[in-house]
Amino acid sequence: MKVGLFITCLVDVMRPEIAEATVRLLESAGCTVEVPMTQTCCGQPGYNSGDTTAASDLALKFLMEFEGFDYVVVPSGSCGGMVRQHYPALFADDPDLRNRIDALAQKTFELTAFLHDVIGLASLPGSFAGEVTYHDSCSGLRELGVQAQPRALLALNPSIRLTEMKEARACCGFGGTFAIKYGDISSAIVDEKIGHIHASGAPCVVLGDLGCMLNIEGRLRRTGDNTTRVLHIAQVLAGTAADAPSPSATQEAR
Amino acid sequence: MQVQSMHFKARSGQKLADVRLQQNLKVLSQRWTVGRTNAIAELDDFEATRDEAVERRNRALANLDVWLERFEAQATARGATVLWAETPEDASKLVVEIARRHEVAKVTKSKSMVSEEMALNRHLEAAGVKVVETDLGEYILQINDNEPPSHIVAPVVHKSKDEVSDLFARVHKRPRLTDIPQMTREAREFLRPQFLSSDMGVSGGNFLIAETGSVAVFTNEGNEGMCTVLPPKVHVVVTGIEKVIPTLEDLATMARLLPRSATGQSISNYFSILTGPRAPGEQDGPEHMYFVLVDGGRTGLLGGEFQDMLRCIRCGACMNHCPVYQKIGGHTYGWVYPGPMGSVLTPSYVGLEKTLDLPQAATLCGECHVVCPMKIPLPDLLRKLRERLGMAAWAFAARRPAVYRPLARIGARVLGWMGGDAHRISSLPGGSGWSLYRDMPSPVGPTFKERWAKQGRRTTPR
Repeated sequence: MKVGLFITCLVDVMRPEIAEATVRLLESAGCTVEVPMTQTCCGQPGYNSGDTTAASDLALKFLMEFEGFDYVVVPSGSCGGMVRQHYPALFADDPDLRNRIDALAQKTFELTAFLHDVIGLASLPGSFAGEVTYHDSCSGLRELGVQAQPRALLALNPSIRLTEMKEARACCGFGGTFAIKYGDISSAIVDEKIGHIHASGAPCVVLGDLGCMLNIEGRLRRTGDNTTRVLHIAQVLAGTAADAPSPSATQEAR
Repeated sequence: MQVQSMHFKARSGQKLADVRLQQNLKVLSQRWTVGRTNAIAELDDFEATRDEAVERRNRALANLDVWLERFEAQATARGATVLWAETPEDASKLVVEIARRHEVAKVTKSKSMVSEEMALNRHLEAAGVKVVETDLGEYILQINDNEPPSHIVAPVVHKSKDEVSDLFARVHKRPRLTDIPQMTREAREFLRPQFLSSDMGVSGGNFLIAETGSVAVFTNEGNEGMCTVLPPKVHVVVTGIEKVIPTLEDLATMARLLPRSATGQSISNYFSILTGPRAPGEQDGPEHMYFVLVDGGRTGLLGGEFQDMLRCIRCGACMNHCPVYQKIGGHTYGWVYPGPMGSVLTPSYVGLEKTLDLPQAATLCGECHVVCPMKIPLPDLLRKLRERLGMAAWAFAARRPAVYRPLARIGARVLGWMGGDAHRISSLPGGSGWSLYRDMPSPVGPTFKERWAKQGRRTTPR
C-alpha cells in the first residue's frame, strides 16, 4: 500500500519529530511511505482568511503531488479537514476537476482515522507509559468526526491510562491568525483549557493538531507550568515521545 | 441602535478584565449548554427534526414574496393592518404614526430584537410617548439608563443578582432585596399599573404564519399577554420579513426546536398565536392590530451566498456555545446581535466597513454550526466575510516550492536559534498578539524534509 505523507507546514518546521513518528507508525503497519518534496501548505491559512484563489491554487498543487497514491495521510485534523471538507467546495464549478478532487479527498485521512478505520491497527510499534488526557482538536472532531479513533488507538497500549478532562471537545482558542490578532481573547480561552487539563490530574496532554499544540504548550510555559507535557498522538502511539523536548529537560536548561 | 462594533478590540479587553462578567458568562454557558444537550435528547430523532425544519425554512425563503403576500392577505382578511418598512428607521416612523393616530400616551413592550434594530424606544420617546419595557431583563436595562441588551434571549445575562439588587434599591427607592422571588415581586408591583394604563402594546414575533395571518410568540414571563391581549387598544407586532412560514404545521416543527435550543426548555412557559384584533363577540384582544414588517437588509441576503443566514430563528445557541462569546459577552460585538450569528448579520445589515473585527474574531471551531437548529454554516459564512489581509507573502511562497523550502529551512534555524537551549521563544517579532500571552515552542533542528532527504528515503520527485 503506497501512502503519500503530507507532513503539514507546521510539523515540517516546528516539530519534525512528529512526522518521523508518523512514518514509524505507517511503516509498522506495512505501508510504503513516500514524501513528495515539493509539498508546502494545504492552503487553509488563505482559505480561512477569505483568499480562495490562493487556496484553490494550492489545492491543485496538492492534487498533482498526491493523486497518484493509494492513500494520503496527514498528522493533523485541520489540514485533513481542509482537504476532505473544503477542497471539493473550491471546485464546485469545474466538474472534471471536482471529480478528481473528490477522489483525492476520499483517500485522504487524518492519521488516527487512517490507522484505525482503514488499517485496523492491532498493535503499536513502540512503548509509552503513563497517564494522559486527550484534547479533541476542532477541525478533526467537527469536520472529520475524529473522536473515537485516537482513544481506541491509545487503548491498544495497556501502559497508557487515559483520564478524560472536562470539555475535551471545547476549542483551545488557537484559531490560526485569531491567536495573533486577538491574543487576549485567545489566551483567555486557552486558560480554560489549561484549567481542565490540570483538573484532570494527568501530567501529559495528547492531541492531534499542531496549532492546538503550540497554543497550549506556549501558554503552559508562559504561565510557569514547565512540567505538563504536550504530545502529539503520533509520538505517543509510535513510542517516540522521549525524543520530544521534554518539559523537565527544558526546565533544567533554564 | 448605533453601531459600536469598531470598538471591538478595546471593549473585549475591558470585558476580559471584568471579573464579575467572567463569572456570569461561565454560569450562563454551563447552564445553557447542558440544558440544550438534555432537552434535545428528549426528542425521538433530533437530527431528523432538524433536517425537516431546515427544509421547511428553505421552502419559505425560496418563495418569500409569495408567502409574505399570502400572510398579508390573510392578516388583512382577519382585520389586521400590514405595513412594510424598507429600513429600521422607516419602521420606527410607522410605529410613531400609529401611536399618533390612536392618541397613545403610553406603550408597553415585550422583548423584541427587531425593535432594537429600529431604536424604537428612542423614536417613540422623541414623539412624546412613554415606553415601558416589561420583559424583566429589558426592564432592568431600561431603568439602568437604557443599557443595551447583551444576549438575544437573556438580555441582562451580563448582570449579577447583586448588581440588580443595587439598581432596584436605587431606582425603586425601596429597601434593598436579595431574594430573587422578592425582587421579581417588586418589579411586578411597578409593572402592573403600567400594563393597566397602557394604550398600546408592542411585541416582536418569532414566526408569522402565512395560512392564518397570525403571529407566534414564545415567552417565559407572561408579560407578552399583558402587552397584547389585556388592556391596550392597539397591538403592534414588529418583526423581520424573513420570519414568515407557510403553515401551522411548519410552526409545530419550529416549536420543537426553538425553546430546546435556546434555554433547554421543552416548551417556553408561554406560547401565543395571535390572529387579528378583537372580533365582535370576543372577550379579549386589542381593538386594532398592526404588523410592521421590516426589511432592514434582509432582501440583500436573498438569492446570494448568505441566504442560509435568513433561516435563523434567534435561539442564541450559537452564542451560548461560542468560546469567544463566552469570554467577551454580547456588548463587545457592538450592535443588536452578538456571537456568531451577529458576526454574520451585523456586517450584512450595517456594512462590513464598520464591523471589520466581527468576521475575524472567531476561532472557526465549528461548534456554532454543530448546535444551530437551522444548520446555518456559520463558519463558512464568516470565512466569506473575511478580508484578505496580510496573507499575500504566505500565498506567494506556498505556491512556489523552490522559494518555500529554503524559507522553511531558514525559518526552522532562526526560530531554533531564537528559542535557545530552552526551546521556547518569549518575544516573536510581528507576532506580539501571540507572544504577549504565550511562549512559542521553538523547533529543535532541521525540517522534516531535510532529515528525510538526508536519510536517502523515498521522495517524489526522486
